[in-house]
Amino acid sequence: MNHRNEIRFLLNGADVAVRDVPADKTLLDYIRLERRMTGSKEGCAEGDCGACTVLVGRLHGGVLKYETVNACIRFLASLDGCHVVTIEHLRGEKGGLHPIQQAMVDFHGSQCGFCTPGFVMSLYALWMENPEPTELEVETAIQGNLCRCTGYQPIIAAAMAANRYGTPANDFLTIEREAIAERLRALDDGRRVITGPEDNRAIVPADVSDFADILSEWPNATIVAGSTDVGLWVTKFMRPIGPAVFINNLDELKSIKLTDSALEIGAGVTYSEAQGAIRKVFPHLDAYWDRIAGQQVRNMGTIGGNIANGSPIGDTPPVLIGLGAVITLRKGKTRRTLPLEAFFIEYGKQDRAANEFVEAIVIPRTEPGQLNAAYKISKRRDEDISSVAAGFSVTVANGVISDCRLAFGGMAGTPKRAETAEAALRGQPWNAATFAAAGKALEADFSPLSDWRASAQYRTSIARNLLQRFFLSHDEQTGEPVELLSA
Amino acid sequence: MKHDVITETDQTISGAVHVDRRHDSAEKHVTGRADYCDDIAEPYGTLHAYLGVSTVAHGLLKNVDLSAVLMAPGVVGVLTADDIPGHNDISPTGQKDEPVFPTEKTEFHGQPLFAVVAESRDAARRAAELAKIDYDVLPHALDPVSAQEADYPFVTAPLKLERGETGPALEAADNRLKGRMQIGGQDHMYLEGHIAFALPGEDDDVVVHCSTQHPSEAQHMVAHVLGVPSNAVTVNVRRMGGGFGGKESQMNLFAAVAAVAAKKWNRPVKIRPDRDQDMTATGKRHDFVVDYDVAFDNDGRIQAVEGNFAARCGYSSDLSGPVTDRALFHADNAYYYPNVLLRSRPMKTNTVSNTAFRGFGGPQGVVAAERMIEEIAYALGKDPLEIRKANFYGDKTDGRNLTPYHQEVEDNILPRLIKELEENSDYQARRQAILEHNAKSRIIRKGIALTPVKFGISFTATWYNQAGALIHIYNDGSIHLNHGGTEMGQGLNTKVAQVVADAFQVDFERIKITKTTTEKVPNTSATAASSGTDLNGMAALNAAEQLKERLVAFAAEHWNTEPETISFRNNMVQIGKDAVSFNDLVRQAYLARVHLSAAGFYKTPKIHWDRAAGRGRPFYYYAYGASCSEVSVDTLTGEYRVERTDILHDVGRSLNPILDKGQVEGAFIQGMGWLTTEELWWDNTGRLRTHAPSTYKIPLASDRPREFNVSLAEWSVNKERTIKRSKAVGEPPFMLGISVFEALSMAVASVADYRECPRLDAPATPERVLLAVERLRNGG
Repeated sequence: MNHRNEIRFLLNGADVAVRDVPADKTLLDYIRLERRMTGSKEGCAEGDCGACTVLVGRLHGGVLKYETVNACIRFLASLDGCHVVTIEHLRGEKGGLHPIQQAMVDFHGSQCGFCTPGFVMSLYALWMENPEPTELEVETAIQGNLCRCTGYQPIIAAAMAANRYGTPANDFLTIEREAIAERLRALDDGRRVITGPEDNRAIVPADVSDFADILSEWPNATIVAGSTDVGLWVTKFMRPIGPAVFINNLDELKSIKLTDSALEIGAGVTYSEAQGAIRKVFPHLDAYWDRIAGQQVRNMGTIGGNIANGSPIGDTPPVLIGLGAVITLRKGKTRRTLPLEAFFIEYGKQDRAANEFVEAIVIPRTEPGQLNAAYKISKRRDEDISSVAAGFSVTVANGVISDCRLAFGGMAGTPKRAETAEAALRGQPWNAATFAAAGKALEADFSPLSDWRASAQYRTSIARNLLQRFFLSHDEQTGEPVELLSA
Repeated sequence: MKHDVITETDQTISGAVHVDRRHDSAEKHVTGRADYCDDIAEPYGTLHAYLGVSTVAHGLLKNVDLSAVLMAPGVVGVLTADDIPGHNDISPTGQKDEPVFPTEKTEFHGQPLFAVVAESRDAARRAAELAKIDYDVLPHALDPVSAQEADYPFVTAPLKLERGETGPALEAADNRLKGRMQIGGQDHMYLEGHIAFALPGEDDDVVVHCSTQHPSEAQHMVAHVLGVPSNAVTVNVRRMGGGFGGKESQMNLFAAVAAVAAKKWNRPVKIRPDRDQDMTATGKRHDFVVDYDVAFDNDGRIQAVEGNFAARCGYSSDLSGPVTDRALFHADNAYYYPNVLLRSRPMKTNTVSNTAFRGFGGPQGVVAAERMIEEIAYALGKDPLEIRKANFYGDKTDGRNLTPYHQEVEDNILPRLIKELEENSDYQARRQAILEHNAKSRIIRKGIALTPVKFGISFTATWYNQAGALIHIYNDGSIHLNHGGTEMGQGLNTKVAQVVADAFQVDFERIKITKTTTEKVPNTSATAASSGTDLNGMAALNAAEQLKERLVAFAAEHWNTEPETISFRNNMVQIGKDAVSFNDLVRQAYLARVHLSAAGFYKTPKIHWDRAAGRGRPFYYYAYGASCSEVSVDTLTGEYRVERTDILHDVGRSLNPILDKGQVEGAFIQGMGWLTTEELWWDNTGRLRTHAPSTYKIPLASDRPREFNVSLAEWSVNKERTIKRSKAVGEPPFMLGISVFEALSMAVASVADYRECPRLDAPATPERVLLAVERLRNGG
């Protein structure tokens, strides 16, 4: 196939075409070192502090949408056809400070100022979508931004007041949106991109079948979707990732389909893109979803990637296993499906061939009598990796537990069902004693590790107590809150 | 000087004192146009250095093979101890126990052993991984308890504070309790990590841009390591992306490496560790293990206290001497101990050398004092606030005003402050409601605590309490301001410029704030100990007063009037019946050959300290504050949420209330983080495993109290003649976070009906909270 050897995108106002883009070149290094645009800062180089936050605009179904991303772990090669907006580009209606910037100044939202450009970008993205946010919505939008000086209060106040300084309708990105969309459409020539040096190739497929072909040609290619994990292989561990194939632009992997029996999510759907459907079909996951990383990572990371990387502490596998999710794996034109729990063989080992990729996740809809819950326990409430995560699904008929699925993350080398505890519930009456027995049975299912996130003793205790919480929160007799409210 | 005159603010000029004035760099912060060290344009040919570190906690360096490092792409060379032309020593207190690079053994996991210099940072960083180092591994001790068990030495001389006789008082007391508290350390997690950028000059000269709170020390260290006089070295810092004490001594290593490399290759050299290396190779807040023994009567009044404060100092002394001293200075917090004996145990450990961090040991002392209060309250079945009130310092009349270091407390405002906060926060009614809630609620328990802080202001190293400033007035009337303090977000430059604007009664905008540089003000102290404004504001005022005197003398002569008739007002100068613009006066003065530049100086009066005797007046004054926090705890998981916090804090007569409020809020959240989610966790090999924001969790916006009411005690005026009668604000409010910790403790105590002090260790992670709940439920 006739391929292209340069990455093309818009950077603020300029059309950019970059040749010889190595697979592991990050957006942050590109803008800071090669373009000397120093407003975006490196605070952690692992997508956890948000000092490097920029906006990436992308056409999706013909609509141009801007989202925050962490430039430190976003690869330059993944930006083909996108519009990158950095702090340097922001301006007010009549020039000067942007409304968000003016609000941050007036409310004293900066002290040392190092995190500030990142906060401005996160608040800007929020304001564009939601100019009158609640305090909780502001907090959610800045979960991925750390400030060590202010204590956040003035930043929240600035965000709440921003709409008094200007409305999105008059914002420069709103006014220019059609023109930018037109320029982005012009960049899309439907070709595969192959760039970078021989030993550090970056490949961007033209479409999904091209992706399958690429995997046949380069069976050991690193598949990069959201780069929220692979980004760290590069920035923290300096691991080579080439050849790497960047699939974040493949619209075919981004389908979300709701049928009578299931919610089907393409492997390339990001957490953010999935959230609307998840909220609607599985309301018990709504609050949980907001606790997956921070906004920037939710905008980048994909559910498929969260599964495919095989981590025992990923946020989505336990709750998806709890719901009985099935995944589709594809190799060339052949596909196979398997229950999600079967994909995880042991720590670091998954049931995926070298040239195979995760294509979709199918989550069965809730049956009558089925009670669902999702829990995440972490040292810090938001933007933290779980000590223990759990997805429970318990079906009760006539006061008896007819079926159940209890899935845990953080309790073993893989996300795993608690089979002994499930057996202790199945066929038993719905009461506290049944759940206490199941809690006890967990000891046969898991021997968790102690590490910096949690000790084995703590993990064991909370796993047991989460069963108690599940019972209490669904039992009519409880009559009192059994969980801290998220709001 | 007029600094002790309490005047109403004249708001005819912009940026007057005592008014809210935004941070001078606010617009640059929000646009990304504020330059930090890494944003300075690099000259062509700039090289990049990176540190190679040890992978064992304690071991002899048997063989260090850097051949693969040297062969790596882009590498220009390596630096080891052999390349140091001067002294291989960067110990900030002259104890010669901290080499740039060790030569014989490594004493902590992650200790820098060499630096590699390459054409790019990426090349240097990759090459640093290629060293082959053989160690003869030695046994290690990571914490102060195992260090004491292994007979490790002190890193610096311990301190003893003693007053009265504790032995008989402890024996005779109605009640006596002994306990141990573990207090975790804390990483600074400034958003901008360490960085230094050295540019070689002619002769011995080198200029170092560095993110440092202490440019003079960086200068002196670079000179010492290069073996050149201090006058050859210039250190500059325009601003830091946060400091919090982490850049008071810890930048020495980076400044020295950059400078040595720059001179060796005669090219600019920059060094910037990644976040993981920043967190593993540089020091943090000291962890403490405190053993206390407290005697009290049946009303909860303390009769005697003995305390042993063992600290994880790390492998070298760094600032551990003054840090552990300050822990003892604050082991009384706000309470009078009739008989007291306090000892520090600054333990050497095989961990990174711990350093300054906001509060500088003080918070560890204060939290231990509050633990003893809690113990007494639970033992007697009383509200801890009642015990606090019973033990507050009194005054001369009741004789209860002497600290363990024999300084009299002369400015105690806590009774009024606590009363106001207790009322404004509706403490009593809320506590009652919480007790009722807890009696009924099975799973969600609540707690509330109102805790005070009293914090001593001054460097305990008396000679540090000096500062300089330099003001030029150019002949167009524009003013150039420079002082020895550094800007790390606290708004120091804004406040000092307000002082100067006020002195000349000219608009703030007329004053150019400039980078801190050792070329303009020599021999400065660290911007630390909350002293920045107190010291530099006074030095700048001194310079301004000198200039005003010259201008007044000139005007009196030129306009033929008496000096008393001359006043500065609203960018004008009233001279007898004439009024001229400030610019005109300056222009005329210049033409008449008046010297329009002045160096100001200040040293804090009244203070003295005899460490050997444990007596003196180490502190010029105290700053006070109090906070009341309410929490909810999920007793199934240990998760918690801060529902509400009310703060009333004393900054004297504030120079800039909105900036001070920002300091109070930020310090509270940082203090809360220290005691809740920020956990340093070393594995058995001595490797720190919480070394980046992915694993080390500082508070987020969603962690702050759901309701957060912060006020300054507007009625407070510093009794001492400080700058405009304000008080220092950087550190004292950090300890307000203790109210969250104690509220968590109350919620936990509720599961055993408050019969037992939960003895939570810090940080009270959800794990520690749950394990304490389970311990208490199982009968302790």
